[in-house]
Amino acid sequence: MTSPLIQLVDVKKSFGAHQVLTGVNLSIHKGEILAVIGKSGTGKSVLLKHIIGLIHQDSGEILIQGKPLHKMSEKKSFLFREELSYMFQENALFDSMNVFENIGLPLAERSQYTKFIIEEKVKTRMEQLGLGPIGEKFPAQLSGGMRKRVALARALVTDPKVVLFDEPTTGLDPVRKKKVHSMIEEYQKQFGFTAVIVSHDIPEIFDVAQHIAMLDEGKIIFEGSKDDILDAHNDTVNAFIRGDEIGNSSYTDKYQPEDKYE
Amino acid sequence: MLDNLILGNLCFTDKSYIKRLMGTKYIEKIGGSTLSATESIGRIVLFFISGVVSIFVRPFQFDKVLDHTWFIGAKSLFVIVLTGLFTGMVLGLQGYYTLVTFGSEAALGSAVSLTIIRELGPVLCAIMITARAGSAMAAEIGVMRISEQIDALKTMQIDPIRFLFSPRIVAALISFPLLTAIFDVVGIFGGYLTGSLMMGINKSVYMDKVISSVQTVDIAGGFFKSFVFAIVVTTICCYRGYYTHLTTEKGYGAKGVSMATTNSVVQSCIFILIVDYIITYFLV
Amino acid sequence: MNRKKLELYVGLFVIVGLISMGYLVISIGEISFFPKNRYSVYGYFSSVSGLKDGARVEVAGVEIGNVSKISIDKKRLVAKAVFSINNDMKLSEDSIASVKTSGIIGQKYIEISPGGSDTMLTNGDEITNTESSLDIESLVRKFIFNSNKS
Repeated sequence: MTSPLIQLVDVKKSFGAHQVLTGVNLSIHKGEILAVIGKSGTGKSVLLKHIIGLIHQDSGEILIQGKPLHKMSEKKSFLFREELSYMFQENALFDSMNVFENIGLPLAERSQYTKFIIEEKVKTRMEQLGLGPIGEKFPAQLSGGMRKRVALARALVTDPKVVLFDEPTTGLDPVRKKKVHSMIEEYQKQFGFTAVIVSHDIPEIFDVAQHIAMLDEGKIIFEGSKDDILDAHNDTVNAFIRGDEIGNSSYTDKYQPEDKYE
Repeated sequence: MLDNLILGNLCFTDKSYIKRLMGTKYIEKIGGSTLSATESIGRIVLFFISGVVSIFVRPFQFDKVLDHTWFIGAKSLFVIVLTGLFTGMVLGLQGYYTLVTFGSEAALGSAVSLTIIRELGPVLCAIMITARAGSAMAAEIGVMRISEQIDALKTMQIDPIRFLFSPRIVAALISFPLLTAIFDVVGIFGGYLTGSLMMGINKSVYMDKVISSVQTVDIAGGFFKSFVFAIVVTTICCYRGYYTHLTTEKGYGAKGVSMATTNSVVQSCIFILIVDYIITYFLV
Repeated sequence: MNRKKLELYVGLFVIVGLISMGYLVISIGEISFFPKNRYSVYGYFSSVSGLKDGARVEVAGVEIGNVSKISIDKKRLVAKAVFSINNDMKLSEDSIASVKTSGIIGQKYIEISPGGSDTMLTNGDEITNTESSLDIESLVRKFIFNSNKS
């Protein structure tokens, strides 16, 4: 087996007194879709933000093709991050820009593209995602589902090699949900990017992802394929998939935004 | 055994009680706030430096500078003209009533023009722009922070400080002196309106006094002030918005933004007045 | 907002601002970008109290130059004022330079009363006849003192 594209080794992170990640080990292989499931507030988003570099780990390593990220030269890590794309849970669209500018922004800020190429690329993406003539509209004028798709278009417009989705389907109806899933699957096949999806859509996500990891209490407690997880002999995993509450682990949010960044 | 009992009774075996008794809590508080103050001074200086350095990173953001010049400058024009006119007019009236008791109402031109060019022009202009554009800057950037738009910029490898702060500081450096110049001219005209047209000071005496009393140093000093105010106001307002999530004492989200906006306006105004005093002290 | 419109408004704003700035600097601040041809003469005064750099120098009420520098002569302990006078204005060497006040509490300026000599002052010459500022306070004191005595 080739060395994984991205590997997290014993990553720990705490916000104040709360330890959110207590030693995460996770491998992301090239060209696969990895789904991260787990209870709300167990640090799935925090995990994704470590990979994109919005949050830095307290200890542990993030390896990119075997090399630790923080030891990379600035240029190399920049090049790596340029191939990354992140889709936020709350979309994080720029509300002072219209849809067209929103999708085109990642391209416009990379000076190698001309205005014409940007326009073409944005138009193609919008067509592919079924976004009609809404280029002139502002995010606030769109429905939730539309916004989600605009965010998706923005994440995919740079032809990224790795896309990190933070709950791409929350707030969508089952039809759209299915569509987003099939879209991710389809594009993944078409462009061959690597995807990490944080999702609560169980069991639909199992059909999309080739690999599933479950995060609980700041640790990866399960890693395997769809069949593996359905036959898993881990009580926590089984209970979670069934939707039962086990033990006395609370659902309170451990996420403390006040210490988010240094 | 007995000792324990007595001690226990006296102190309720409560460590925090001992602490409070000895006043360490207050010392801790002083230490804590000193640390956080130092930290935020460091942060604002770094924020300012990286913003200014990013101005010169290619490609230059002409479009954004234009946008913000429109917002900070062109849109403030009406407010500035209005405040300038009325400031000049009231100075004309007040100056006239004061000077007439000494029989030297001819000096009204000097009084109005020097007050406006040296002090009121730059200061009132900066305060009006803070109220109009500075608050909007803080609110806009604050909302971008809490809705993760700033994080989104980072994930796109866009430097948020360069993207948000640098064009605003350039636009402010363009707009503040121009608005101050307009304010000065309109203000002097306002003084002419009340002093000359209403109170009957000879028109050419008024203008002659204006021209003869205003020195190049006064005008240069006024513009120097407006440049400094541009930097002070944009830095404070953008900084407050940018670090909305760090300065929330009473709440996150909408409340945090509202606090960032209020703080930015209040602090900008205070710093305008303090900096104005310092500059005047060294200029004169 | 239309891009073209926005550019137009910003352009208008900048033009209006620059015109105001130009008016302030050139017309009110009296900066001349073409330095006028001037020559300088100086004079010693026992007091130039209230006189400022840039104050007017007049002959018969007409401005002919400015005070360019005020300093103190450390040996004689008198004030030295340097005037820069327009080149086309010739002053005879026995002209009298006096510090005057416009109005009772107005600004100080220099009034030069022309003399009758044929020798004209050139660049760097001294005006030997000077009159210092009129001290209202001492005048008043003198007046009161005199009236008491009589």
